[in-house]
Amino acid sequence: MDLALTILLDGLIYASWLFIVALGLTLVFGVLKILNIAHGSLYAIGAYAAASFVALFASLGLAPEWSLVAMLLAAVAVAVVVGPLLERGLLRLFYGRDEVLLVLVTYALFLILEDVTKLIWGVNPYYVSEPYTLFGNLEFGSLFYVGYDLMMIVLAVVCGLGVWFGLNRTVTGKIVLAVIHNEEVSASMGVNVNRVYVAAFTVGVFLAALGGAFTAPMISVQPGLSVGVIILSFAVVIIGGLGSIEGAAIGAVVVGLARAAAVHLMPDAELFSIYIVMAAVLIFRPEGLFQRVSARKI
Amino acid sequence: MAFIRMASCAAALALAFGMAQPAQAQETFKVGIVTFLSGQAAESFGVPAWNGGKVLIDALNKGEAPAPYDTVGFGGMPIQTVVVDEAGGATKQVQELRNLYQRENVDVVIGYVSSGDCLAVAPAAEELKRLLILYDCGTPRIFEDGKYEYVFRTASHATMDNVALARYMKTQGVKAATVSAINQDYAWGHDSRTDFLAAMEQLYPGFKAEADLLPKFGAGQYGTEISALVRQGSDVVHSSLWGGDLQAFILQAGPRGLFKRSQVVLSAADHVLPSLGDKMPDGAIIGARGAYGLLAPKSDLNDWFWKVYQDAYNVYPVQAPYRMVQAVLGLKVAVEKAMAANGGRKPTNEEIAAALKGSEWHSPAGTIRMALGDGHQAIQQTAIGRTRFDEGRKMVVLDDIQNFKAECVNPPAGQKSIEWIKAGFPGAQCD
Repeated sequence: MDLALTILLDGLIYASWLFIVALGLTLVFGVLKILNIAHGSLYAIGAYAAASFVALFASLGLAPEWSLVAMLLAAVAVAVVVGPLLERGLLRLFYGRDEVLLVLVTYALFLILEDVTKLIWGVNPYYVSEPYTLFGNLEFGSLFYVGYDLMMIVLAVVCGLGVWFGLNRTVTGKIVLAVIHNEEVSASMGVNVNRVYVAAFTVGVFLAALGGAFTAPMISVQPGLSVGVIILSFAVVIIGGLGSIEGAAIGAVVVGLARAAAVHLMPDAELFSIYIVMAAVLIFRPEGLFQRVSARKI
Repeated sequence: MAFIRMASCAAALALAFGMAQPAQAQETFKVGIVTFLSGQAAESFGVPAWNGGKVLIDALNKGEAPAPYDTVGFGGMPIQTVVVDEAGGATKQVQELRNLYQRENVDVVIGYVSSGDCLAVAPAAEELKRLLILYDCGTPRIFEDGKYEYVFRTASHATMDNVALARYMKTQGVKAATVSAINQDYAWGHDSRTDFLAAMEQLYPGFKAEADLLPKFGAGQYGTEISALVRQGSDVVHSSLWGGDLQAFILQAGPRGLFKRSQVVLSAADHVLPSLGDKMPDGAIIGARGAYGLLAPKSDLNDWFWKVYQDAYNVYPVQAPYRMVQAVLGLKVAVEKAMAANGGRKPTNEEIAAALKGSEWHSPAGTIRMALGDGHQAIQQTAIGRTRFDEGRKMVVLDDIQNFKAECVNPPAGQKSIEWIKAGFPGAQCD
């Protein structure tokens, strides 16, 4: 029982981190049909920005609790600055082209952003570990868990519900869904498709940056952050079905639990476990668990 | 016609005279430096290593290093450097090595943190008959599996680190009936785990190996692994994690009580102490892959190096700069020895190689001896200590430091490391 609880908690904590990042990836794909490899770099930029903002807030003499606000503001700042810049300045030039070309463009963007990150923040690591202790420790079974890790589960649920509610229960969300289903008809009905693209991409950037920002306190922020997260995020959205919020949630939980079970029961199979799950899903559901139904155009 | 004959004769005499002269002041010694300037190993090893190299080479070129290194440059020749980023993989590094030799015309290349890069570039340097000094990489395989004339490594390989850890635990009376391990899932992590467990088998016969975790390099998130280690509750948890991985592991494991439940032993951890500060739990047993930094022996040379490094970078030197410095000093000794033997001319590759082979020299970390690999692989003393955050000095200090002679923790010449450990350390001189 103790082991089962441990695997469940470890799996959910890992899944929450993955879900926040994968949610942005799947949203961008759903709206813009871009498999954005640079999403990992945006995660890293979020982590760096959070490190800078937290240090700035500390230098202003604000209480440690304000570091949470600093991390949130860092993610917003990255989204507001980088999102429209990339979407309007680069990606829009390739809309309508082969999707493979867009993958290559975002890969090039990934490489450029890696160097831009080094140019701005250098190669030395940044530490913002103070927020990590803000929520204390909690005891579950025979183990202590850091409250901050558990807070990540809450954050992931808030992000997931927020995006779902925004898309399904607001007028703006309905417009976005209309664009997802058919941008040409939406445009003919008076929808400003360009604005929807900018907004969707910016929200995607925000979610990547938010994942990075709230991960920053538990790691040393340094070059190389972006590669691991993008590979895992791809696994999550492929398992869940590209473009599906529910799929990203289920995919993240499946990956998180599979990894936790492997570490506790069969450590040698840890890395393998994620990809065997992905392969198993794709054998039976080649388009993922929650592939969005799309109307066939005549 | 007479004028032409006279001019030719004068030119020939001048040429012959010039060849017999000591290295001229304007002649330089060009060194290619290859180290990680970007990527995950840059902050921990590559950049601080080159920082150490810079302050030393600056001082050598000004003749301001302490004796016996107080002559200018290498035998009067100013040292010129070309620095290359090690990031990009082994294939790229082989190409960069060729560029350094054939386009930049460097006299010697000093470099490489990654074991994979070391294994890839060594045959290339040998093929070109150009001098290569490996200053860092940990794999014992270079000279245990291969034989080279032009390739040297001026630091001990990784076997020393894990043998010293196990010996320290034994002499300090650390209880180790059960042992768990967490190491990166690549050659370094696997080799470190193998060496440590083999050494434990000799010193703690019958100990029980429990959790054996191999997270991927750069994992960043260790919550699940920490749960597994805490649940297991082994007496000892061993790790060779380094850099950002080690920092993240310590930041996440500290609050969850791993360091209180188990004795954590870390083979290569000194480089994270300045940045972690009070986040580094007390009582961890750590090594520095040599008697480096806080573990370095007291000497005028070490005091000098510590001061110039700290003045330049506002942080004390850790393992990587020490290893770069001992490589540069070893090369200086070899070049000047070769020059003393050839009448003071700039020495050839072969002359430097002959001088460096089997040599020994004094470094800030103690004496370095090229004792293994037919005189091409160094051994050196090392030390292990326990962490404690000193509130007064606002820094982590090391207590209970124990020094180990090079001959105690390194295999003897002609024997493979793992075979030496499994045979019970025959020939080890620990007294």
